[in-house]
Amino acid sequence: MADLILNNLSLILPETVLTVTVMLVVLAHLFDRRDDTVVHYLSLLGLLGAMYALTGKMGENLSAFNGMLAVDPFSLFFKLVILLSTVVVVLMSRHSAEVRAERGLQGEYYFLLLSMALGMMFMVGASNLLMMYLALEMTSLTSYVAAGFTRKAKDSAEASLKYLLYGAFSSGVMLYGISILYGLTGTLHLAGINQALMQGSVNGLGLAVSSLLIMVGFGYKISAVPFHYWTPDVYEGAPVTVTAFLSVASKAAGFAMMMRAFAVMFTDTAAQLPAGAWAFVQGIPLQHVLVVLAVATMTLGNLVALWQDNVKRMLAYSSIAQAGYMLLGVLVLGHDGAAAVMVYFAVYLFMNLGAFLVVMLVANTIGSEHVDDYKGLGKKAPLLSVAMAVFLVSLTGLPPTAGFIGKWMIFLSLINAKMVGVAVIGVINSVVSLYYYVRVIRNMFLREQEKPTGTVFRLPAAQVILLLSLLIPTLYFGLFFNELVEFAQYSVTMFGVR
Amino acid sequence: MTMVPITLTHFLLISAALFALGVYAVMTRRNAIMVLMGIELILNSANINFLAFSRFGGLNIEGQMMAIFVIILAAAEAAVALAIVLNIYKRFTTVNVDDISLLKD
Repeated sequence: MADLILNNLSLILPETVLTVTVMLVVLAHLFDRRDDTVVHYLSLLGLLGAMYALTGKMGENLSAFNGMLAVDPFSLFFKLVILLSTVVVVLMSRHSAEVRAERGLQGEYYFLLLSMALGMMFMVGASNLLMMYLALEMTSLTSYVAAGFTRKAKDSAEASLKYLLYGAFSSGVMLYGISILYGLTGTLHLAGINQALMQGSVNGLGLAVSSLLIMVGFGYKISAVPFHYWTPDVYEGAPVTVTAFLSVASKAAGFAMMMRAFAVMFTDTAAQLPAGAWAFVQGIPLQHVLVVLAVATMTLGNLVALWQDNVKRMLAYSSIAQAGYMLLGVLVLGHDGAAAVMVYFAVYLFMNLGAFLVVMLVANTIGSEHVDDYKGLGKKAPLLSVAMAVFLVSLTGLPPTAGFIGKWMIFLSLINAKMVGVAVIGVINSVVSLYYYVRVIRNMFLREQEKPTGTVFRLPAAQVILLLSLLIPTLYFGLFFNELVEFAQYSVTMFGVR
Repeated sequence: MTMVPITLTHFLLISAALFALGVYAVMTRRNAIMVLMGIELILNSANINFLAFSRFGGLNIEGQMMAIFVIILAAAEAAVALAIVLNIYKRFTTVNVDDISLLKD
């Protein structure tokens, strides 16, 4: 028994390292509440350790803890995305005025960030509905608190309440769907559910209802329209570091969990499909639902973003739209689409975190996130402005930035799957998004400040390095993307999927 | 008087009713605490499903395991939720969700 547990623990070594780090952070915080240096470097060290442990899992395709968790290339890829974004956010937090204003609470802050990352790592590996629900709740509970971390600000408190109400409601609805699915199939294992579905004795109506209810939970986590209501408010109210983290890592974990559920649980394994396709089992109406969700998500995200004056809120709607593009990759339902989504996440990690980093650094100095206050920024802070311009161009998806590669992969996989109509809607959406991204760039470079103020931008050296290490990949992957694409195509392998 | 045996269907009906009441509470109540109670109802309706399927469906113990985990998570969630609501009350001196809307388009 002890051997079995140790054996399984070694399979989830990255998560174990992170768990230990979380505990050490709490302890370090107890010893010295004022000092935030120790917890900061401890978190960083733990994350790098987890990443190192993760590289040791390269190429493994196993199942741990009686099929509760899968340790496969697919989860490895997403764990890498999650850990990388956690590292970036931890580094960002070092110089975030909002976070640093909460003196004596730094330990709790890093504890929350790392616990969120831990929950997300379990989400991407979960191959049992119980594990999925537990991991989802672990991520959610910590995110609610993190969203309300700046206790002095009213809007931060409001953000955490809204996140809590929407989050708890949709995960409750999802749980009800899971309970029906359990009754229909008699098991909570994704693979077992698939076997039961393939035997074909499952009540069609019950299956349709439960799959729709489960989709509510996924939709909330990836903030797809119409489950997106919390997103703009939470992203605007939460501290910008938490917003950046939620918009990348949390979304990545949600997408990974959803794709695994579709590929392992709901795929029709008996149908004569080409290798790498995951068409839904007869009676699951999600194919059409996904098309509607994807189109609604990107269209609404882009259209509402046009009216936003707060850059953080604009980026919130932009991230809703980005989730819509990624959903396009999911609805291809196959390894092709999944690889496209993964490439998209890899580049989205750099460009979105970069954009939020610039927002944070600007807000640190001028204390505002309003788009009009970005006027004349090009002269005062040339590095920040140029970097922001590159990130926004990349989010639009124009060459030669990495964002272009992400979009191109998605549209290519759609066209290969003969869904040209949806691809065209996606391209039109990208054109619309150009308007609000360019508005920020125009304000920075072509508009003069109305009332010139003598603010001087002093950027800490560490943040300049961080900015450059987000900026360079955004440009690099736009030109040299072969290895990234190959890595993603290799990483679509999931445990138990042929 | 003949006793009607209680079957799976009865439990499923109860849980469906509870789920519907929970959703109704979430949709109509404006007090944050009441909304949270609606969410509790939803969680417990799922629990009834898990237990009933496990007991009557001739299924394995997994359902009961799941219910235990859900109960624990619901407690954790209530702790976090009440802390957040308390924080809201301190800032806004109200827990009416309609009055807490600084953030909007």
